[in-house]
Amino acid sequence: MIDQNSKTLLEVRDLHANVSDVEILKGVDLTVRCGEIHAIMGLNGSGKSTFAKVLAGHPSYEVTAGSVLFDNQDLLSLEPEVRSRNGIFLAFQYPIEIPGVANSQFLRLAYNSNQLSRGKEELDPLEFDDFVREKMRLLEMNVDFLDRSVNEGFSGGEKKRNEILQMALLEPKLAILDETDSGLDIDALRIVASGVNKLTNKDNAIILVTHYQRLLDYIVPDYVHIMESGRIIKTSGKELAKELETHGYDWIKTSQLAQSV
Amino acid sequence: MSALLQNLVNQPYKHGFVTEIESDVAPKGLNEDIIRMISAKKNEPDWLLTFRLKAYEKWLSMTEPHWQNVKYPKIDFQDISYYSAPKPKKKLASMDEVDPELLRTFEKLGVPLHERAALAGVAVDVIFDSVSVATTFKEKLAEVGIIFCSISEAVQNYPELVQKYLGSVVPVGDNFYAALNSAVFTDGSFCYIPEGVKCPMDLSTYFRINTEGSGQFERTLIIAENGASVSYLEGCTAPRFDTNQLHAAVVELIALDNAEIKYSTVQNWYAGDEKGVGGIYNFVTKRGLAKGVNSRISWTQVETGSAITWKYPSCILRGENSVGEFYSVAVTNNYQQADTGTKMIHIGKNTRSTIVSKGISAGHSNSSYRGLVRIAPTAENARNYSQCDSMLIGDQCGANTFPYIQVYNNSAVVEHEASTSKIGEDQLFYFAQRGIGAEEAVSMIINGFCKEVFQQLPMEFAVEATKLLSFKLEGSVG
Repeated sequence: MIDQNSKTLLEVRDLHANVSDVEILKGVDLTVRCGEIHAIMGLNGSGKSTFAKVLAGHPSYEVTAGSVLFDNQDLLSLEPEVRSRNGIFLAFQYPIEIPGVANSQFLRLAYNSNQLSRGKEELDPLEFDDFVREKMRLLEMNVDFLDRSVNEGFSGGEKKRNEILQMALLEPKLAILDETDSGLDIDALRIVASGVNKLTNKDNAIILVTHYQRLLDYIVPDYVHIMESGRIIKTSGKELAKELETHGYDWIKTSQLAQSV
Repeated sequence: MSALLQNLVNQPYKHGFVTEIESDVAPKGLNEDIIRMISAKKNEPDWLLTFRLKAYEKWLSMTEPHWQNVKYPKIDFQDISYYSAPKPKKKLASMDEVDPELLRTFEKLGVPLHERAALAGVAVDVIFDSVSVATTFKEKLAEVGIIFCSISEAVQNYPELVQKYLGSVVPVGDNFYAALNSAVFTDGSFCYIPEGVKCPMDLSTYFRINTEGSGQFERTLIIAENGASVSYLEGCTAPRFDTNQLHAAVVELIALDNAEIKYSTVQNWYAGDEKGVGGIYNFVTKRGLAKGVNSRISWTQVETGSAITWKYPSCILRGENSVGEFYSVAVTNNYQQADTGTKMIHIGKNTRSTIVSKGISAGHSNSSYRGLVRIAPTAENARNYSQCDSMLIGDQCGANTFPYIQVYNNSAVVEHEASTSKIGEDQLFYFAQRGIGAEEAVSMIINGFCKEVFQQLPMEFAVEATKLLSFKLEGSVG
């Protein structure tokens, strides 16, 4: 939902970032307002996942230039846990497994850490159980999930659903979904997408990082950005994704070339 | 606190032994005369002196072992004093006199108030009525015929029991340190559960009066008669300081027909400072004999302290259908070293054993699992399952697994699984992204990792152990 008057949530300017001294992001610019859904598409290695991790504050990436304002605050100076508590959520492409730790225990700790920092009430295990079950219905998740160890032995689809469950619990201002569609069959994709759609509103925003058009049939973006070699090289409306699907990424290069001539 | 009361609690110990030797502390060094002196001071029967001398003779012929994966400077055994009278430590008059650092530790560990006082060396009987707690326990145990006392008392009051079982599981010449212990042990615990009695409570060394100053060569003997069962807790989670660097204890367990002994340890001896200076060498021989049919011996240990931990609580499964279990968590941080594991010796038919070992290394520490599973020719249909998992925190530490499997009977089924994992940046980032800080994340990962072992501990112990682990690993990440 595009509303030029709504508040700017994220403002990325000329962002450069390295991993192991290799420059991956080479000047990313992006503005996200409340209520918007952005899709970032691009080939493998174009820098889209790196961009997602840099926003969340992964310690392996070093920001070398540029600025990021989130909610009118300098984001880059904040520790990753503070960014989370301030409302940035990253749904991981490869969620980690934590053997021996019950999912319910992990979810509650995450929930309470956020509640605490927002000066809101923490929930005890019983209260939390009621609360989380309600959210699970949204994602058509079986309650067995709560007793199983975090992501351990989960199928690809189950892991992704568990990520979106966390998004539902934490109610972030900005959710970055890193290839959430990969490894999902069509039914799981539909459920995950419908869950995400139910969570969107005029006060939050979503960045979808994806390879394929498929996900965008279910979660319709307001903007589609094409990333290549660490820059956003083209921005357009949702129809761009369709054209990509038909013509492939080479088409962008050709058309860019045509424009620059 | 009135001056009178202070004087009272600071009085020297009055109830010493009456002997012709004047000094309360034996001169340094070890020889036959020292052993005779120890035995005489303790007014021991002749058979025990013979036992000690035989052990000493064995010890002289043995050399210090060096196969273990730990490094330490050579110990000068002639530079140790092998006896000092069990006089009480100087008592502090109130909690205000206790080192605030120690109190902070207790606070973090959640040690109950009355225990804090006792552990810090405050005269508990002045502040709390803990003596009566201990007395109540004793009375309750006596009602069902359970003997729970110091081994010195047992030698005086139940000599025939001690004589029958002492050294029956760990013979005097078993190994270098067991021989040394057998020659010079000064005190320890004795526990006897009569036929058919299920011990109504967990027996804890904490509630045994006389537990103080049991010394560096501790000796423990636990016997469960036919159909008896007992759960025994050793140690506590609060840090224990000691001026003796070498600790060489021996623990023997004997389970007769249908008897069950569960032995849980939380070891938190002084580990040395963060540079690896100081700390206890904990070289222990622990062994249980599942002697009777359907008997069961279960070891659970949480090893977090000591500069060097070197121990293999073992089970000899002699009775038919007997069961041996070993559940272990060993944590090393800074420059600590641990070489620990178990031995499961299957002799009887249909004997079963389970080994679950979790090693956690942080800092510059090194942790090894070393375990032997031996299936004797007589052990028809024996089964063993072993699982050894190691977790590394940081990239300066090490973990090793040394499994030894000897099978002499074709009907045996022996399984061994091992894994190594690492708490890395990606895991911590996942937690951080959910708003959870590194300390809490590590604590959660570690507790998940150790869950199978903690489940074996009595409830309160498990809670304390969980806190202890977080405390031990504090600051090891980031």
